[in-house]
Amino acid sequence: MNPVPDIFRILPELVLTLTGVAVMLIDATLPAAWPRRSLGWVAAIGTTLALWASLWQLSLPVGTGFYSTVETSPFTVFFHVLICGIVLVALLLSLDTLPEDSHHQGEFYALIVFGAVGMCLLTGAVELLLVFIALEISSISTYILAGYRKDTGRGPEAAIKYFLLGSFATGFLLYGIALIFGATGTTQIYEISYLVPSAPNHLFVLAGLALMLVGILFKVSAAPFHVWTPDVYEGAPSPVVALLSTAPKAAAFALLLRVVYEMFPSLHSLWSPLLWIVAVLSMTVGNLAALRQQNVKRMLAYSSIAHAGYLLAAFAGLGNSGIAAASFYTAAYAAMNVGIFAVITLVSGYDEQLPLVEDYRGLIYRSPLLGSLLIFFLVSLVGIPFTGGFFGKFYSFSAAVSGGAIWLAIIGLLNSGLAAGYYLRLVLTSVQRNADRKNEAPAPQVGVAVGAALLLAVAATLVLGIVPGEVLRAAESGAHTLQAPPPQAATPGIAVEPQPQP
Amino acid sequence: MNAINQSILTLILLLPLAGAVLVALVPDRRKLPNWIALITALVTFGLTLHLPAHFVLNQGGFQFEINMPWIENPAIFYHLGVDGLSLWLVVLTGLLAPVGVVASWNAITERRKVFYALFLVQQTAMFGVFLSLDLMLYYGFWELSLVPMAVLIAMYGRKDGPKAALKFFLFTFIPSAPLLVAILWLYARTGSFDFVTLQILIAHGNFPAGPLCWIALAFLFAFAVKVPIFPLHGWLADTFSEAPVALAMVVAGKLGLYSMLRFHIGLFPQQALALAPLLIALAVIGVLYGACLALVQRDFWRLLAFAALSHLSLIVLGIYGFTLTGMSGAVFQILSHGVVDGALFLLLGFLYDRYASSQIGDYGGLAGKLPRAATLFVLASLAMIGLPFLSGFVGEFLIFSSTFIGVSRGWAIAASLGVILGAVYMLSLVQHLFYGPESALAASKPAKDIRFGELAILAPLAVLMLALGVTPSLWLPSIQTGVHPPQAKVSAVLPPSVLLLPSFSIPSPGEGQR
Repeated sequence: MNPVPDIFRILPELVLTLTGVAVMLIDATLPAAWPRRSLGWVAAIGTTLALWASLWQLSLPVGTGFYSTVETSPFTVFFHVLICGIVLVALLLSLDTLPEDSHHQGEFYALIVFGAVGMCLLTGAVELLLVFIALEISSISTYILAGYRKDTGRGPEAAIKYFLLGSFATGFLLYGIALIFGATGTTQIYEISYLVPSAPNHLFVLAGLALMLVGILFKVSAAPFHVWTPDVYEGAPSPVVALLSTAPKAAAFALLLRVVYEMFPSLHSLWSPLLWIVAVLSMTVGNLAALRQQNVKRMLAYSSIAHAGYLLAAFAGLGNSGIAAASFYTAAYAAMNVGIFAVITLVSGYDEQLPLVEDYRGLIYRSPLLGSLLIFFLVSLVGIPFTGGFFGKFYSFSAAVSGGAIWLAIIGLLNSGLAAGYYLRLVLTSVQRNADRKNEAPAPQVGVAVGAALLLAVAATLVLGIVPGEVLRAAESGAHTLQAPPPQAATPGIAVEPQPQP
Repeated sequence: MNAINQSILTLILLLPLAGAVLVALVPDRRKLPNWIALITALVTFGLTLHLPAHFVLNQGGFQFEINMPWIENPAIFYHLGVDGLSLWLVVLTGLLAPVGVVASWNAITERRKVFYALFLVQQTAMFGVFLSLDLMLYYGFWELSLVPMAVLIAMYGRKDGPKAALKFFLFTFIPSAPLLVAILWLYARTGSFDFVTLQILIAHGNFPAGPLCWIALAFLFAFAVKVPIFPLHGWLADTFSEAPVALAMVVAGKLGLYSMLRFHIGLFPQQALALAPLLIALAVIGVLYGACLALVQRDFWRLLAFAALSHLSLIVLGIYGFTLTGMSGAVFQILSHGVVDGALFLLLGFLYDRYASSQIGDYGGLAGKLPRAATLFVLASLAMIGLPFLSGFVGEFLIFSSTFIGVSRGWAIAASLGVILGAVYMLSLVQHLFYGPESALAASKPAKDIRFGELAILAPLAVLMLALGVTPSLWLPSIQTGVHPPQAKVSAVLPPSVLLLPSFSIPSPGEGQR
């Protein structure tokens, strides 16, 4: 067997890191007066390269590198491509919407790219300490990005809130890792899954699982760990929220899938009801709270909590179908959510003069393109057929039904009826004539980069809604690798040691 | 020819969608969107006429079928087909599209692109509902049909569009959640969404009876709201008074009633039969309740809404009587109601365009000034009431006679009271609008009778009212082939004592007229 050079196992992360470093170096060497916008293009090109690199990884045999810490498999490739795609759209979006004269543009783009490194690494990590490091890489850059608008009161507030609560949650995760290490004597995920059933101190394992779940559920903003979401979304710049509400969540869901399905399949009877409760709570709390919101970004923050709930419903599914459904939902949710935040960025502007639902009155008259796109993405969020949102919900709930959780599916579907209420309110407001047309904001301009971003989001949402077959197949082959017994598990206890090189 | 038969349904389905995309792309200048929409609608209508022309009467099952895998997992098929049940509904949908476009020609003045694009998407969704034989595909179009409707009601509502739109959307969206769960449950059991497969599996009793009851109920609930059946009609009056004329013509009745026949009775005959007494009772209550409310309305849109509730309930009575005659009459009545209701909507829409009021009290004495409108309105009203030789008569006759003979005399008599009330409110509406002393509003505006363009769309409807009424034998045989299968399945599972109307043959209504 020809061993795969370790470096190939982290090729996308490597490309992204180099891009980030390049962006920072160029930023430092450019004369201060020069525009920094082109740095965004550098970052976008680097991200595209990373995306290709992830796709290329499909040709590698499934396996791990760097002393069994990083895995490449269809599962990791699926999430790598997803995250790179989201980051690419977010970069294109920022390119056109960041004001020319805004401060630290170089750092802004670099931080997005570095965040992507963390998220990608998180989906590939099969060793708990690396998981922790990857999570920190992605979190720290998103903490900073959330507070990018320093000059407003809300920006720093969002950053501080996100940072404090986020570090607290990461603390939980780390403590959970420590307990599991204590119980099993290893931090390698395959080994843990092998050792858990026979672990001498079962209580430690259970406590470790619970603490890890708290940490991860915080990252995906599932109720009851969701309180940070609306404030952070409101305070952070919209392009950052487009990223924040999708990419770190996708990575965290990948981690959740790995933890529950790969690390603790033996404790299925334990985490499954827990996630059932969290799913129902998230949907209901998210939707009920969203109904009352006047601020569009807060409304979408609560909607994202509800979507985390729909996604968690997939975890009631058994093995393959559950993992595939959750992966698919992550993609569908990302496509439509990035899209709607792109529209919102354009409508309300970088400095958010128009944050309220009421401000969208007459949007379709002011800007037919943005109005139609807003309706399109909202329709997808409602879950109307022939959009990605529909098949996302469809796979998620059918996974739940096939896993025997019929009530979860019914609660979920009733919740999507409830959710239609507030999505539709925004749709209906945007198609109503504005009585006060004198003071109407001018129609926002759609630039090339933003146009490309919107096109990507629309195309992804439509593809996922009309021909979901290919993506689902990718998600299923990912699910398969997550479920299959890993090569090292056959020889327990020695996998931490590097394989002897021939 | 074979190739055309293979692809005709796909063409019918996708052509309006292609037209919608085109409308969205062209600039909104010189009525360009109107023309594109009109041409698309006319061509689509032409295509739908291919179906009755090449429909083979004595060949059972579905025709013009196309069945291709669409999504591998879950196994969703692109499965379309037409039988006697859906044949004329497809043609009717095709016919009403150009009528709707012309009716909106001058009424819709702003954002024409949005209007016509969504109107055409709505068209695709409706064709999809009538043609889909894969439950998931069907559900897709069923849901899709809500969106353009809600948006257009909100955009072009007369007074409080958004409120009516929200009501319409939530009323019809929430019941489809149980419908989806029910479809998923069937899939989880069988691994198939295919209508024909499921029909066979259910008929062979492959399912536990208890859950199946709930599944059937979930189907029924979603359809009953859409029809609507009393007491689920809360959305109807608001939608009728707010929706643009072109959409109001298509909103009520057809989709829900067709779905009941195809998917409720078609899939769950036993469960449907068990619920039939309840549904018959609700239908008769709906007939009377709608008629009584129509009597006291001061707004003609609302009057039309409650009249529609009354007439649609009558069709439900025909469906759940479980007689071949009643079901054929019901399908016939769906067609007739589509034509007659469409014509009434158009005429009232013309009045509203001219006088900007929907209060019946504001009108009076228009017959002298608008003779053509008055003539057509009287014709449509009489067709609605069910005068012999007009379209409303045949369906009503079939439904009443089958109910009277095969179901229950009491219910038939009670429901026929609704028809008498129907004559009262329709004739008094005619009288208030067109006869009597001329009102101040009518005097204040210049008289503009129906223009050529308006006549061009009303004339075919008027001809159809007569044609449906005089020559029911043209349509009934094919309808019968469509209604027969569900009815036959019911008889197969029923004890002989409940077999209904073995000797009641179809040609009798034609004879009855003489």
